[in-house]
Amino acid sequence: MQVGIAEYKITAGPNRLITLGLGSCVGVSMYDPVLKLGGLLHIMLPDSTQFKDVSKPAKFADLGIPLLISDLKRRGGNVLRFQSKLVGGAQMFSGMDKKIILNIGERNYKAARQILNDLRIRILAEELGGNRGRTMIFDTANGDVFIRTLGGVNRVI
Amino acid sequence: MIDFQNYGPIQMDVLSEIGNIGIGNAATSLSKLVNDRIDMTVPKACFLPYEEIIALVGGPEEIVGCIVLRLEGDVPGTIIYIFHQESMFSLVDMLLGLELGTTNELDEMAESVVMEIGNILTGSFISAISMMSQLHMVTTVPLFAYDMLAAVLMTSLIDTGYIEDQVLLIETKLSQKDKEIKGNFFLFTDPGALEKVFMSLGISMEI
Repeated sequence: MQVGIAEYKITAGPNRLITLGLGSCVGVSMYDPVLKLGGLLHIMLPDSTQFKDVSKPAKFADLGIPLLISDLKRRGGNVLRFQSKLVGGAQMFSGMDKKIILNIGERNYKAARQILNDLRIRILAEELGGNRGRTMIFDTANGDVFIRTLGGVNRVI
Repeated sequence: MIDFQNYGPIQMDVLSEIGNIGIGNAATSLSKLVNDRIDMTVPKACFLPYEEIIALVGGPEEIVGCIVLRLEGDVPGTIIYIFHQESMFSLVDMLLGLELGTTNELDEMAESVVMEIGNILTGSFISAISMMSQLHMVTTVPLFAYDMLAAVLMTSLIDTGYIEDQVLLIETKLSQKDKEIKGNFFLFTDPGALEKVFMSLGISMEI
């Protein structure tokens, strides 16, 4: 199941959730290992309060993460068991223009970490920052997250 | 950002024509550089969701080189060039006078050649628009990334402030007859920038 930009999807039982080409965006996986219930969220921005249009809450870390959690809870997930993994938040561009480089990637993953900490969700693993794009594949059979980068380096976290 | 309800077919045509003049000039410069004819499709001005832009260029995991420049002055905006991996290597070979196929990885030299291509294309693009509209335009130094399409395109859009679900873009494909070179050009304008263009061309904002 493919998770688009500024979207989240949930699946119960063995399945694969995939989000392609994360750059400064951050993929947040959430897993209840007992029910094998999992969700994957693709956020673009850290903070919705700076924007007027929040019609797509999954775009923002501060709205998307609580939304994912409440949806998993509605499907019987137990928040005490939830395990999260974070992938992405890269700084993709090299160059001299400091006006463009806002390092939104770092702001995204710091916001995601903070929100998860505030909600007392355990972060089991991370693959964040750097300057490479990443594809994130979340296997809800066991909670493994596969990371694919340019050059085919595959990692499992 | 942009309330696209405000743009009618006339405005969209004007935007396409601006793209035509600007990218036409840029394609001519590129042709001279590589000493071969570079063709372009007729530029389209349209509002598109991110996913469609990505699909248009070739899919989220397509490996591309991406050059991003900010436009400043009367028409603030962002210019993005995307070249598919093989096209980028061919461009580098052509510019350095190497046999095609010599470059197969992106070293520092290749990267600076690609950034220079961005500079040259953008320079000829804005000089054509400035001449036509008498508007003042300058560019910042280019930024460069070489990676998966979705990662570079989304990051360049977010970094330059385009966070709406739909973005207005002027889109052109560049190609060479023997298909060594295939690229995409996008111009995204900041809120309010287009009004200045329309005014300078004497086009009313009434639809």
